[in-house]
Amino acid sequence: MKKLSIEERLGFNKFNVDDDEAHITINKEICRTCTEKPCLYACPALLYNLNEAGEMTFDYAGCLECGTCRVVCQKQGAIQWNYPRGIFGVQFRYG
Amino acid sequence: MSEERFDCIIVGAGPAGSAAALTLARAGLEVLVIERGLQAGSKNMTGGRLYAHALQKIIPNFWEEAPVERRVVKETITMITPSGSVSLDYKSQRYNQEPYHSFTVLRAQFDQWLATKAEEAGAVIATGVRVDDLLRDDQGKIIGVIAGEDQMLANVVIAADGVNSLLAQKAGLRGELKDIHVATGVKEVIELPRQVIEDRFQLTGEEGAAQLFVGRCTQGIQGGGFLYTNKNTISIGLVITSGAIGKSKIKIADLIEEFKTHPNIAPLVTGGKVVEYSAHLVPEGGLNMLPALYTDGLLIAGDAAGLVLNTGYMVRGMDLAIYSGIAAAQTVIKAKEKEDYSKTSLSHYQELLKNSFVMKDLETYKNAPAFMEQTTRIFTTYPQLADNILYKLFTVYGTPAQHLLPMVMGELKKNNISIFDLVKDGIKGVRAL
Ligand SMILES: Cc1cc2nc3c(=O)[nH]c(=O)nc-3n(C[C@H](O)[C@H](O)[C@H](O)COP(=O)(O)OP(=O)(O)OC[C@H]3O[C@@H](n4cnc5c(N)ncnc54)[C@H](O)[C@@H]3O)c2cc1C
Ligand code: SF4
Ligand code: SF4
Repeated sequence: MKKLSIEERLGFNKFNVDDDEAHITINKEICRTCTEKPCLYACPALLYNLNEAGEMTFDYAGCLECGTCRVVCQKQGAIQWNYPRGIFGVQFRYG
Repeated sequence: MSEERFDCIIVGAGPAGSAAALTLARAGLEVLVIERGLQAGSKNMTGGRLYAHALQKIIPNFWEEAPVERRVVKETITMITPSGSVSLDYKSQRYNQEPYHSFTVLRAQFDQWLATKAEEAGAVIATGVRVDDLLRDDQGKIIGVIAGEDQMLANVVIAADGVNSLLAQKAGLRGELKDIHVATGVKEVIELPRQVIEDRFQLTGEEGAAQLFVGRCTQGIQGGGFLYTNKNTISIGLVITSGAIGKSKIKIADLIEEFKTHPNIAPLVTGGKVVEYSAHLVPEGGLNMLPALYTDGLLIAGDAAGLVLNTGYMVRGMDLAIYSGIAAAQTVIKAKEKEDYSKTSLSHYQELLKNSFVMKDLETYKNAPAFMEQTTRIFTTYPQLADNILYKLFTVYGTPAQHLLPMVMGELKKNNISIFDLVKDGIKGVRAL
C-alpha cells in the first residue's frame, strides 16, 4: 500500500463546508511571536502552514474537528476554536 | 423561549449521551438529546473496541441486534522497530462464548443504532444542532441550553459532549485542556474483502483481532499504534500524546503513512482501499485530569469528564462513557423523585461512580500516565533491545554462538541500559499497570 498525500486522504472524507462562518480562526499577529509552532506538526489534516513570507496560513475547510490545535497552541488568543455550526463540517461514514 | 421544560437535556449523542437518554426514557422521564452531527455518530470515531459489560447492563445481548463488527478473540501486543517486530499473541476460545467480552465497532453506524434505541424508548433526538452555551437563572443555576437563537429549559443538563467539552468549560468545571492530558488519535479505515481479512488474521466467521503497537510506529514519541479488524474493513491508526507531537517536530499526518507502509504492517493491509481518514482527541490524564463532575443543574459524563483509561496495552473509554451515562441518568431519576436538582442532590452521581468500576479502575491505573510519560525507554530503547536479542537468538550464520546471558548483557550495555534501569522500569511498570 502506498503512502497517501493529505489531499488524497481528506478527499475520501465527506465535508459539508460552511461557507459563511469559519469555525476556527487564527490571529496571525500572535502567531508571528510563536517560535515553536506546534500546530504545524500536530494538526492531523495539516491545515496550519507557513507561506513563503513565513506567515501562518490556515484553512478550516478540511478540518477533522479533533481539537488538537486548540490544546497544543500555547499562545492565548491565537486560536478561536469552536465546532462548526450544526450539520456543517466533516461527516464520518465509518468512524 | 419555548415554555416546555424537559426533565433532562443531554448534549451529545455519543455512547455516554445515548446510554443516559435510554435509561431516562425507560424510566418515563421527558428527555431531549441534542447532537451537532447530521446524525448521531457522524462526528465520532474511535480506535475500535467496545468492552461489552457496560452496554450489556441496559441492552442484554445487544450484539444480536447492534451493528457490531467482529467479536475480539485475538489480542496482540507488538513492539516495532525500523527493521522488525516482536509480538505477544493471545487467542482464546473463551472469547467465543457468551456473554461476549468485546467487539470491534465503527462509530457512524454504532452510535446511530444506540441513539435509535433511546428514541424508541421515548427520548427526543434533535440532530444537526450545535449547543452554544448553558442557560442560567438569576442565581447562576443551570436551567437549560442555548443553541443559536433557541433556548431550551430542563431540570438537569447532562453534558456528554465529548473530550473537547466546551460545556464543562462554560460551566466553570474545567479549564483549558492540557496538551499532556490528551492524545491525538489518527485513523484510516481500509476496505478489504471479508475472506482476505479472515485469512490474514487467522480468524473464522465473526471472530476479530485487536493489535496494539509500541516503538517505531510513533518514532519513539509517547504513544502507540492500533489495528482492529472489522467485517470488511481494517481500522489502523496512532494515538500520540498531543503535547509530545509539537516537541518532536514530526508530523502526525506523516507518521500514520509511515506506519501502514512499515514492511511488517504493509502485508496486513496490502490491496486495501482507504475509505476514510479521521482524527479525534483521547483524554489520557486519568484520575489526575478529572474535573468536578457536577454542579447545580449539570452533570458531565464520558469523555467530557475525562473518563478514559489508557494503559498502553488497552484503551477504554466507551464502556466508561456508557456506564457514566447510566449513572448520570440514575442520578437525574433520583433527583426528580425528590424534586431537588441542586449540587447536593446531584452528588449522588459521584457516589455511583465511586462504587463502580469507573473510579475503581481509574484509581488502579492512576500512575500509568506518569509512568508512560517518564519512562520514554518503552517507546524507544526496549523495542530495539527486544528486536536485537531475538535476532541474535534466532540467527545462525556460522559465527561462534553466544550463551543467552552474556548476549543479553552485551545488548543491554550497547543500549546504555544497566540492570538497575531494567529492574527499576520493570517494578515501576508492574506497579503502575
Ligand atoms: C483513536 C482513538 C482510539 C480509541 N480506542 C478506544 C477503544 O478501542 N476502546 C474504547 O473503549 N475507547 C476507545 N477510545 C475512546 C472512546 O472513543 C471514547 O472514550 C468514547 O467515544 C467517549 O464517548 P462519549 O459519548 O463520552 O463522547 P463522544 O463519543 O465524543 O460523543 C460526544 C458527542 O457530543 C456531540 N457534541 C459535542 N459538542 C456538542 C455541542 N456543542 N452540541 C451538540 N452536540 C455536541 C458530538 O458530536 C458527539 O456526538 C478511543 C478514542 C480514540 C480517539
Ligand atoms: S501554535 Fe498557536 S500561536 Fe503558534 S503558530 Fe500555531 S496557532 Fe499560532
Ligand atoms: S481541530 Fe484538528 S483537524 Fe481541525 S484544524 Fe485543529 S488540529 Fe487540525
